[in-house]
Amino acid sequence: MKTVMGIINLQENENSIKEITSNRSLASIPVAGRYRLIDFALSSMVNSNIQNVGVLLPKKSRSIMDHLRSGKDWDLARKRDGLCYLPPAESINDARNGDVQSFHYHLDFIEHSTQQNVLITGSNVIYNMNYDEVLRFHQNTGADITMVYNIREQEELTGGAVLETAENGLITDIAIASTTQPKAKVSMGIFLMNKNLFMDIIRGTYARAGTDFLIDGIMKNSGKYAIYGYQHEGYVATINSTASYYKASMDLLDPDNWQKLFLDGSPIYTKVKDEAPAKYKQSASVSNSMVANGCIVEGTVENSILFRGVKVGKGVHVKNSIILQKCQLEDEVFVENVICDKDVVITKGKRLKGASNYPLIVEKGVVI
Amino acid sequence: MRRTECLAMILAGGQGSRLGALTKKIAKPAVPFGGKYRIIDFPLSNCHNSGINTVGILTQYQPLALHNYIGNGGAWDLDRKDGGVFILPPYAREKGAEWYKGTADAIYQNINFIEMVDPEYVLILSGDHIYTMDYSWMIEYHKMKKADATIGVIEVPWEEASRFGIMDTAENGRITEFQEKPAKPMSNLASMGIYVFNWSFLKSYLEEDAKDSLSSRDFGKNIIPKMLNADSRMFAYAFDGYWKDVGTIDSLWEANMDLLKDKPDLDLHDPDWRVFAVNPAMPPHFIAKNAKVKSSLISEGAMIYGEVENSVIFSGVKIAKGAKVVNSVVMPFTTIGKNAYVDKAVVGQNCEICVGAKVGMDNGSIIVVPEGDVVVAESATGKQVG
Repeated sequence: MKTVMGIINLQENENSIKEITSNRSLASIPVAGRYRLIDFALSSMVNSNIQNVGVLLPKKSRSIMDHLRSGKDWDLARKRDGLCYLPPAESINDARNGDVQSFHYHLDFIEHSTQQNVLITGSNVIYNMNYDEVLRFHQNTGADITMVYNIREQEELTGGAVLETAENGLITDIAIASTTQPKAKVSMGIFLMNKNLFMDIIRGTYARAGTDFLIDGIMKNSGKYAIYGYQHEGYVATINSTASYYKASMDLLDPDNWQKLFLDGSPIYTKVKDEAPAKYKQSASVSNSMVANGCIVEGTVENSILFRGVKVGKGVHVKNSIILQKCQLEDEVFVENVICDKDVVITKGKRLKGASNYPLIVEKGVVI
Repeated sequence: MRRTECLAMILAGGQGSRLGALTKKIAKPAVPFGGKYRIIDFPLSNCHNSGINTVGILTQYQPLALHNYIGNGGAWDLDRKDGGVFILPPYAREKGAEWYKGTADAIYQNINFIEMVDPEYVLILSGDHIYTMDYSWMIEYHKMKKADATIGVIEVPWEEASRFGIMDTAENGRITEFQEKPAKPMSNLASMGIYVFNWSFLKSYLEEDAKDSLSSRDFGKNIIPKMLNADSRMFAYAFDGYWKDVGTIDSLWEANMDLLKDKPDLDLHDPDWRVFAVNPAMPPHFIAKNAKVKSSLISEGAMIYGEVENSVIFSGVKIAKGAKVVNSVVMPFTTIGKNAYVDKAVVGQNCEICVGAKVGMDNGSIIVVPEGDVVVAESATGKQVG
């Protein structure tokens, strides 16, 4: 994959998941006990030997920059290429605000890169993929543009672009979340194309007042180019709402999904925190749960995810919940169907309960 | 370039023969410990946390895994522009090559390296002790006392004192007498094998000792007594935290078990004193529906379907349904099969304990399963410690 550069687009719509994105971007949402959403796209690139990665930053970029830093934990702190931050375009006219404008603003970076192809991804999809196969497919089909999709049930469309393809993979139609079929081919937000073609699309779209890369850049030009769809088979979850975040997290408690996502392919990297192994005390009772390093557990935990450095006191009962980094659940606390954001403290004896299909969210740093 | 005030030299070349099967393929400092660490992580993390950024690591016995583990030192924040980590195995000179013949000889053979760094003080450490210690206080103490040498000491139980180098001190901390492994110890102040020397002072003794054909080139046996005989200013720096020499299977197992106490003396979870290690890129561990986990440490990437009690479980370990692991240490990527039973064992890396196998001694002593072993049902019982 020496011929491919990567761009991860973090300028995504995060309105439907406000509670956990009030102080961070979608890409830096903590998932699966120790990761941030961006880790999946970024690790897949690194594992596919893509060594030049631009990260198109969102407005709330502090948390993502603090997470990625020099890129060292992904082996992207390099003399040449490596990780490059692309800040959002300084907008003169808010009506033009969109990712096309930002891509346009950074055409220099793309033009000056030595690789001939560019792989564009979003950051709100959880997967572990080797893009080598996408490149091979792209070359074999002679596609102008290759889009990666997976097959989802109708109720899991979650606002993605639905693709119709011919037998040879040629995409015949792209529509945003509309299908009458029980199953649909849904775009994972991954595009592979020649760098020059990408720059042409961005220049052309920008000149015609387009703002959105998918809608104005790809969908409006779909007749003009040979766009092929590549089907990805592994575990996929899209995060674009609180409900989908909760569901995807709970799905990872299925050992099959856990195995597929983390152990079958190449490793997923994240920022190293040097936490000690999790400690279970005499009174601990844990079942069907994912527990990260740095936790100290004295109480009962079931069907839950504990992030790094969580403390669960004596007599605590945690059920169907997601407890983010460094939360403290003091003695005798009861939580069910709850998402606790970072650094939350729940004082002794408090009881919190959300609905099973819509968890209660406790905001970052709150003391209850 | 800022001058390096204090250079740390970690002695990591020992074979650790008393660890038997665990050190067949790796040096003692590379032996896994505490769920995610290796023994050398402790002195290296101490160096980082004490603000020492230039560290030489002297290796000799089976160094490949150790070298690979240390890499460029980045895991301990020791990948620096100036200084950082230096791996120092023996090397050939114009007149041939020599092995490190003792702890003092290892330092002697690297005089050129130390001169290159040009430090004021040299801190000598062992690569086989488990403890967290702020060396900067000891160096301050050394300066304050205007000492030539300062030795870290710790009170040990009287009955164990004859295993150590034992010291007698005057009221102001000045060392008056030193006995290496005495039959009848005069005190219970034991040397921790941690020394601060003024470099010029140490250098003269090393050069002199090298000419002494009767010397066994050892700090405790030769260098320290010679310094003391010459009435040098030598002080004892008392340390009162947790410190353990994990040179034997028993002490290694005990040190692991010490971590499982409700309030362990060595707190790995202390946010102000992180112990750093090379982190495998593994997901959080998974505890299945009917699994039971109590009084244990469990690291990333482990999958627990069975029962774990009073044990230390490393990354990537799989414990199948119906299996039971008690009072044991299970090192990375080992698999414990269905209905297997492991009691009071130290199981090496990449082992496979097969379905229904039993690992454990009837007489209560500790059993070691060497790296990569496959233990099938029945044959494992009664296997002797290697």
